[in-house]
Amino acid sequence: MVTTVETKGTTPAKKRRPRGREERGPLASVALHVTLLLASAIAVLPPLWLLVTSFKPQSEAFSTDLVKDFTFGNYDHVLNDTEFPNWLLNSLIVVGLTTVIGVFISATTGYAVSRFRFPGMRPLMWLLLITQMFPVAVLIVPLYNLLASLGLLNQPVGLVVTYLTIAVPFCAWMMKGYFDTIPVEIDEAGRVDGLNPFGTFWRLIVPLAKPGLAVTGFYSFITGWAEVAYASAFMTGEENLTLAGGLQTFVNQYTSDWGSLTASAVIVAVPAAVIFGFAQRHLVSGLTAGATKS
Amino acid sequence: MAVETGQSVVKAADVQSIRGRGHRPGKKPGRLRRTLTTHWYAWAMVAPVVTVIGVIVGYPLVRGLYLSTTNANEANVERHIGVNDIPATYESVGLDNYQAILSDGVFWDRLSWTVVWTVSCVALSFTLGLALATMLNRKLAGRSFYRMALILPWAVPAFVSVFTWRLLFNEKKGLLNKILEGGGIDAIPWLNDPTWAKISVITVNVWLGVPFMLVAMLGGLQSIPGELYEAAEMDGANAWQRFRHITLPGLRTVASTVILISGIWTFNMFPVIFLLTRGGPGDATEILVTYAYRLSFVVSPRDFAGSAAWGVLILALLSIIAVAYRRALRKQGEVW
Repeated sequence: MVTTVETKGTTPAKKRRPRGREERGPLASVALHVTLLLASAIAVLPPLWLLVTSFKPQSEAFSTDLVKDFTFGNYDHVLNDTEFPNWLLNSLIVVGLTTVIGVFISATTGYAVSRFRFPGMRPLMWLLLITQMFPVAVLIVPLYNLLASLGLLNQPVGLVVTYLTIAVPFCAWMMKGYFDTIPVEIDEAGRVDGLNPFGTFWRLIVPLAKPGLAVTGFYSFITGWAEVAYASAFMTGEENLTLAGGLQTFVNQYTSDWGSLTASAVIVAVPAAVIFGFAQRHLVSGLTAGATKS
Repeated sequence: MAVETGQSVVKAADVQSIRGRGHRPGKKPGRLRRTLTTHWYAWAMVAPVVTVIGVIVGYPLVRGLYLSTTNANEANVERHIGVNDIPATYESVGLDNYQAILSDGVFWDRLSWTVVWTVSCVALSFTLGLALATMLNRKLAGRSFYRMALILPWAVPAFVSVFTWRLLFNEKKGLLNKILEGGGIDAIPWLNDPTWAKISVITVNVWLGVPFMLVAMLGGLQSIPGELYEAAEMDGANAWQRFRHITLPGLRTVASTVILISGIWTFNMFPVIFLLTRGGPGDATEILVTYAYRLSFVVSPRDFAGSAAWGVLILALLSIIAVAYRRALRKQGEVW
C-alpha cells in the first residue's frame, strides 16, 4: 500500500514530523503512478481488445496485431445478415420499461421507508433485503411455469416483470439512503404550505433527488441489459432473444463466429457505456448514500 | 403539520417507542380505522413493490417449496402437446429430495467451491478496490483519467466482458497465451483445466467487481471529515496509523454493507460462470446456482423437483448468513 511507502522515503530536513497526507516523495509518486497505470491498463485492456478485434476480418480474429486490414465487415454482417437488430430491439423494449417502472416504484418505496414509520415497515425492509438474495435457481422453474400459464413466455412483458424483482429491492434501498440525506425540514415546509405527502414527494423531493434517481435508473438499466439466466430460459426462438441470449448463439460449442460476436458486443457495450457516462457523475454520491445509510 | 398524514421521522420515533411497549394512548375511533388514516399514504407508496414482489417472488417461492417435495420432472409435469393437455402426474415424496441431495457428495463439493469462490472474489475485489480508492483519494495528476479507466469494466455489460475474456483466454490463439509465449512460457489451458478454470473465473469476477468496490470506497473515504486527519497529523500519527485508526473505522459502515451485498451477488453470480465455462470442465467451476440451473434447463430429462430443492437449500444458506451478518453488525451498534 502506497501510504506505507510514503513514510519510508526519508527526507532529512523533516526528520521528526511524519509526512502529511498531501505530501509525498518523488519515489512514492512514481510508485503510485506506476501502480495506477498498471491497474488502469488491466481495466481497459479487455474492452479495448474487444473493440480492436471487431474491426478485424473474421479470419484474423485471433491475430495479435492491432489492426492490419481495417474493416467494418463484421458490423455490416451482424446488422444486415443476422437477427441482431431484433435482439437489440427486444432488449431496448425490455430495458426501457424496466428502467422507467423500476425507478418510479423504487423511489416511492424508498421515500415511504425513509420518511414514514408505519406498521409493516421493518418486515418490508427485510423483504427487500431477502429478495436480493433470491438465487435464480429457486424462482426460475415456478416463474417459468407461471409465465407459461399466463402466456408471457417469449414476451418482453414477462422479462420486465422478472427484472423488476431483481432491480427494485436494491434500488429502493439506494433511494432510501438518498432520501435520508435530504433534510426532513423540506418536507415539513411543504406540509406547512398545504401539500399532501404525495405532493411533497413529487414536487419537492423528487427534483432534489435527481442524482439518486440517475443512479437507480442506471442500475435498473444495467440489470435488464446484462441479465443472462432468465433471458436464456424464458426467451426462445432466434427472433425472440434479447442481447444476452442472442450473443450466445454466435459462440457456442458448435460455432465460433468471433467476428460477429465482437462487433455486436461493441454495439451492445456502447449505449451502456454512454448511459454510464451520464450516471457516473452522480454514481459515487448516490451509491454511497445508499450504502452508508442502509 | 397535520398529524394524521404520516409523520416526520422525529415524531414517529416517539410514537414507535410508545407502541413498542404495547400501551396505546386513547383509542377513540377504532384502532384499525386510525391506523388506516394515519398510514395509508405510506402503504399506497409501497403497494406497487409489495404487489410485484408478492406475485413474482412470493408465489414462485411457495410453488418452488412445494415442487421441492415432489418428484416433478420434464416427463410428468403438465404439458401441452398440440391440442392435447397432459395433466401432471408427479406426486409428493416428502423430504426425499433433500435427503438425497444432502447425503450426496455433489452438493458438498459444489458448496465448498461456492464458498471458496465467494470468499476469494469478495476478499480480492474489496482489497483491490480499497487500495485503489486510497490511492485515488488524494491530490494526484491525472486523477480523473485514472478514475475513468478504472471504472470502465463496470460500464461494459457483464456478459459482454465475459465473452471478451473468453476471447483472451482462448488456449491456442488467445492474447494471454500469445503474450506468455512471447515470454517463453508454455500456453496455459485457462478454461480447460479444472484448477486454471477456477482461477480464470475468479479473475474475471474480480475484474468485474473491483470498480464497484472502488467507487463505494472512494465515496466512503470522501465522507470522512478531513479535520480528523489534520488532528491526527498534529498529534504526530504517521500514515499507517492514520489509515488504521481513522480510515478503517470511518469506512466500516460502507464497507460492511458493500461486503454483504457483493457477497450475496457473488454467491449467486450466474453469468460469469455460465458464459465463461458453462460450469466446466466437468463440473469443476459449477457453483450452487449454476448447478441448480443446469438441473432444470440443461440436463435431460429436466429435473424440476431436484432443482427446486437445490434452490431452497441455497436460499436457506443465504438467509442464515445474512441474519448472522446483520446480527453481528447490530452488536456493533448499528440498527435501522
